[in-house]
Amino acid sequence: MTTLVKYQSQLVAKPYFIAAIGLFIGQILFGLIMGLQYVWGDFLFPEIPFNVARMVHTNLLIVWLLFGFMGAAYYMVPEEAERELHSPKLAIALFWIFLVAGALTVLGYLLVPYARLAEITGNDLLPTMGREFLEQPTITKIGIVIVALGFLYNICLTILGGRKTVVNIILMTGLIGLAVMFLFSFYNPENLVLDKFFWWWVVHLWVEGVWELILAAIMAYVLIKTTGIDREVIDKWLYIIVAAALITGILGTGHHYYYIGTPEYWQPIGGIFSAMEPIPFFMMTLFAFNMVNKRRRDHPNKATVLWAMGTGVLAFLGAGVWGFMHTLAPVNYYTHGSQITAAHGHMAFYGAYVMIVLTIISYAMPIMRGREANSNKAQVVEMWSFWLMSVSMVFITLFLTGAGILQVWLQRMGEGQNFMVVQDQLSIFYWLRTISGTVFMLGLIVYVISFFIKGEEKAAT
Amino acid sequence: MSEKFTKGMARNIYFGGSVFFILVFLALTFDTVERLPERDHRENITESVALGKKVWEDNNCIGCHTLMGEGAYFAPELGNVYDRFGKSKEAIKAFIKSRPVNGIPGRRSMPQFNLSEEELEAIADFLKWTSEIDDANWPPNIQG
Repeated sequence: MTTLVKYQSQLVAKPYFIAAIGLFIGQILFGLIMGLQYVWGDFLFPEIPFNVARMVHTNLLIVWLLFGFMGAAYYMVPEEAERELHSPKLAIALFWIFLVAGALTVLGYLLVPYARLAEITGNDLLPTMGREFLEQPTITKIGIVIVALGFLYNICLTILGGRKTVVNIILMTGLIGLAVMFLFSFYNPENLVLDKFFWWWVVHLWVEGVWELILAAIMAYVLIKTTGIDREVIDKWLYIIVAAALITGILGTGHHYYYIGTPEYWQPIGGIFSAMEPIPFFMMTLFAFNMVNKRRRDHPNKATVLWAMGTGVLAFLGAGVWGFMHTLAPVNYYTHGSQITAAHGHMAFYGAYVMIVLTIISYAMPIMRGREANSNKAQVVEMWSFWLMSVSMVFITLFLTGAGILQVWLQRMGEGQNFMVVQDQLSIFYWLRTISGTVFMLGLIVYVISFFIKGEEKAAT
Repeated sequence: MSEKFTKGMARNIYFGGSVFFILVFLALTFDTVERLPERDHRENITESVALGKKVWEDNNCIGCHTLMGEGAYFAPELGNVYDRFGKSKEAIKAFIKSRPVNGIPGRRSMPQFNLSEEELEAIADFLKWTSEIDDANWPPNIQG
């Protein structure tokens, strides 16, 4: 098969991207199951209880984003470093290890009760399971560490042995940070407060810390390629964006330390710094729009540019604006652990991380398949999927926000009403959310179809 | 961005700013860990409370419930369930024990976990201990 990649080893990214999309479909399927369970309480009960569906939904999200990040790194790093990947064979071996380990873990979730899974995987020896997003059996966590180490070894040797661009350096620090912070998932003390405190070192310092470095590096790379803007300009933006992300995001961790038994000085510290967390996302939006407006070439891949600009906008809205809404301690006192959190989580993950992975896939896949861009027809279908998924995600977020506001009002104000009594009164919002989720799934199907549309191919320039 | 603002300056802000705030964060972490015993009443973590946390984790309770506001939003907050159930461990145990195996038609229902008497006692002890953590007076009312 012909390909237009500059370095043959970039092609190892392809299976990573395909696996990412496959797991994405699974993630949305379980999202729809949960959406239905919210309105139809005994749907699939007791075969797939809500906690199992949620675990599959969130774990598949994390795993497919990691596949996307790894694919992005394997694609970008050789080209930036101007040399072949240190070991393409290792990259392919790690791909299969990660995919099989991930599949076995999900099957474990679905086929045996969780307590039994904990028992047969030896959770008693080193208990790390049963904490939100870190539900994987300890043995899977060890597997993740091994895959991450092999991946970092491969990527770092390639970067250090070649041209050291700012994109590569930022990407590398982000990926090292990702691996290092994950090690805290092995720390699970008997004291719940300590457990929660360091649990956030994985969860917050990933998504509001080092993952933002990976996001910014991918964004910068795609903008260099599609706009032809001088690297010097892009590099300055990139440094300033990641500086803003870490300066606000590290102490911003404090916005999780308001009401879990931690000292109360975290309320002003977490509030002030997390209130500034929208800044790097706003800069990212400005960055994308500015670079596209000042572009020196018209790249034939219009879909990629659309994904990149969409990332800027929806990451700012979802992570920035929806995060800011409930980040100050006096507001969070009422909204903490309500549907408001769910609303923010959905748009933030979609706008920032789902969309950046789809951006790099949109850019790299056609090149790996032998053309600079897909046919106009295929791009139109891809852009339809962009709008279907993005607009339905905006509606999911709005309906969950509506549910959240009403929930806070009914349950948390004054004497308040009982949790389940309130849930019944929110069902209209949950129905609308599930309908929006169905449209999202349609958008995802359209997205997959776009890969199979041939049409006239653009000549390489 | 202006020409006077060089890439070197941008890089220094990134490295300098990150290192500075990592150090501040580590210092605050150290202070927090020092102060936690005043708030988490760890002297009351008995073997049963520790086992209760294990039972909590092994059955993935966080997949439906929140605990001090963190977790899933499908089922009630449990950080204060001990207070909500009239400070009765027996009520908590009876609720968990009585969940129907096949659920409740059309309604959300907690699965039947078939816990042993020791595990039931442990989870109740764990939830009681959790309800007594000083969490800045959260949640706003008894409903959680």
